[in-house]
Amino acid sequence: MTNPAAGSPDLSLAVAGIRLQNPVMVASGTFGYGPEFAELIDLNRLGAIVVKGISIEPEKGNPTPRMLEVPGGLLNAIGLQNPGFEKFVAEYMPFLRGLRIPLIVNIWGRTIEQYGNLAARFDAVPGVSALEINISCPNIKQGGLTFGSDPRLAAAVISAVRKSTRLPIIPKLPPNTSDMPALARAAEDAGANAISLVNSFPAMAIDIRTRRPILANITGGLSGPAIHTIAVKLVWEAAKAVRVPIIAMGGIAGPEEAIEFLIAGASAVAVGTANFTDPATALRVIEGIRGYLAENGIPSVRDLVGSLRLT
Amino acid sequence: MHLENASVTQHRPVAGAYRELSFETTRIARETRPGQFVHIRVPNLGESVLRRPFSIYRADGAVISILYKEVGKGTRALARLARGDTLSALGPLGNGFPTPADGALPVLVAGGYGVAALYLLAERARSKGVLFVGGSGRQDLLCAGDFEKLGWQVVAATEDGSQGFKGRVTGALDEWVKSGLGNRTPEFFVCGPMGLLRAMADRAKALNVRAWLSMDRHMGCGVGACLACVQRIRLPSPPGAWKWARICRDGPVFEAGDILWDDREDG
Ligand SMILES: Cc1cc2nc3c(=O)[nH]c(=O)nc-3n(C[C@H](O)[C@H](O)[C@H](O)COP(=O)(O)OP(=O)(O)OC[C@H]3O[C@@H](n4cnc5c(N)ncnc54)[C@H](O)[C@@H]3O)c2cc1C
Ligand SMILES: Cc1cc2nc3c(=O)[nH]c(=O)nc-3n(C[C@H](O)[C@H](O)[C@H](O)COP(=O)(O)O)c2cc1C
Ligand code: FES
Repeated sequence: MTNPAAGSPDLSLAVAGIRLQNPVMVASGTFGYGPEFAELIDLNRLGAIVVKGISIEPEKGNPTPRMLEVPGGLLNAIGLQNPGFEKFVAEYMPFLRGLRIPLIVNIWGRTIEQYGNLAARFDAVPGVSALEINISCPNIKQGGLTFGSDPRLAAAVISAVRKSTRLPIIPKLPPNTSDMPALARAAEDAGANAISLVNSFPAMAIDIRTRRPILANITGGLSGPAIHTIAVKLVWEAAKAVRVPIIAMGGIAGPEEAIEFLIAGASAVAVGTANFTDPATALRVIEGIRGYLAENGIPSVRDLVGSLRLT
Repeated sequence: MHLENASVTQHRPVAGAYRELSFETTRIARETRPGQFVHIRVPNLGESVLRRPFSIYRADGAVISILYKEVGKGTRALARLARGDTLSALGPLGNGFPTPADGALPVLVAGGYGVAALYLLAERARSKGVLFVGGSGRQDLLCAGDFEKLGWQVVAATEDGSQGFKGRVTGALDEWVKSGLGNRTPEFFVCGPMGLLRAMADRAKALNVRAWLSMDRHMGCGVGACLACVQRIRLPSPPGAWKWARICRDGPVFEAGDILWDDREDG
């Protein structure tokens, strides 16, 4: 953790009880498990790392094609491919423990019991700072999105996880809800320590030549700049509705979008798709926030959070 | 693996619609091995979030080059680059081809821009071999002269018969096999469209020789993080067992016998 020199803005803050040296994370599924980008950027400069979703058992995911570039973003239908709990812990935890930044593990299940069971297992794994609970994946047939789109089911999953672990828990909510404040409140009431917003948007593309869907999974999730302004609105609504901090993501391509999220009420942000465009995006965002605070005479990033002016 | 801002040093037409784009990337150039690729952020492609992968065609001193033709918006934007423009390059990526086995005869088989992935292999191989190169017409036979200059034998095949063998490159190869392979066991190194890769996998199996295939797949990150580019790979046991390999990180080159082909795969 760096102590800001006198006069230079303070980027540090705590989210869900985790101390962050800055509010910029990398989003689940876009940064692998860490080693993939380690040769390219200094991971220890990130606010935190959120790893690709883990389930109890290994998961093969969807057939290919799994990804398609579209104007302003991309569709993905990876299908939560992952090595499963045991292999993840054996293969990746030694590397992740060696980092000096907080590690947030993204978890998912097909049943409420699986979520609880997996959270309990991670409770016993040293080096994990928090669990992000994915109840919003558009790309798996059972579970996933169905949990997140119904506030009662979401609450049931979150309560089960809450009972199974002492780690801070951060449910990740879907963007396609008609009542974000209600969903966010349900998550808070069920024991969330923070809330992640948003996952990719359910979407679809068709090849008009063959009249077939382009993704093998037929539908996928839209991410990238195209979803940013929708995400800003959802983050703003959620931030007004709950006291727990919000971690915002959706179309961050540079510092401006991240600053927008902070002003809308997010305490931290995560860079997703832009890691593919430029692996150094998160580092650029950190420096951009620092510059913005300095230019505007704002001493701490905490003063920026929720500073939206409506009058 | 490096992320570098590269300055375009040369951009020239090669043959038919193909061009060679050269750029200065000291660290990438120094580390490049045959069959690796570079993931390029095409400048002035604002709405696009993904880089574009290209085989590294040449690596010489501080400069690497790619061989490409315009097929979509990214390659169209690439075509407008001029000397002095900069682009962001991520590489060298992937494992590339293994060094040809001692004693075997290296046989390179290329379709379309496949020659780009094979040129460095020919340049750096300890012993010279044969290149089979195919295309629809003579305008598609890229860089055959470069391989000849290296002292490699070049066998061309064109579907319209405008140069060399009339038919597919695999047809030319079959003739050569029938005429006796000589006294050395061939080892195949293949890059080209999916149909060519599968056809060469079949031939390698029939001849009981090794074939190294370089695969293309739509890519996201290029570094193994997003799992967009996966390919089914056989596991030794039990029969039928497989796992996903990431073409960008674990490939793009795989031994033909390890690949589990799937008719629904894109290519
Ligand atoms: C390992 C590897 C090596 C390659 N080497 C070469 C090379 O040496 N020379 C060359 O001309 N081309 C090469 N390609 C193909 C090249 O990446 C595509 O032609 C290029 O991405 C097309 O981009 P576009 O924007 O013009 O096309 P668009 O169709 O507009 O692209 C849309 C999206 O589809 C992807 N895409 C389209 N076609 C392909 C394809 N055939 N393979 C992978 N992704 C594709 C693009 O990257 C982009 O994400 C290689 C591909 C891979 C995976
Ligand atoms: C290829 C890919 C894989 C993803 N995998 C996961 C995942 O495993 N778990 C999860 O909670 N979110 C996953 N996401 C969603 C991202 O974490 C993020 O919420 C979303 O992409 C929006 O941010 P962006 O617009 O900056 O990409 C994935 C996104 C992409 C593009
Ligand atoms: S392109 Fe992301 S894993 Fe291969």
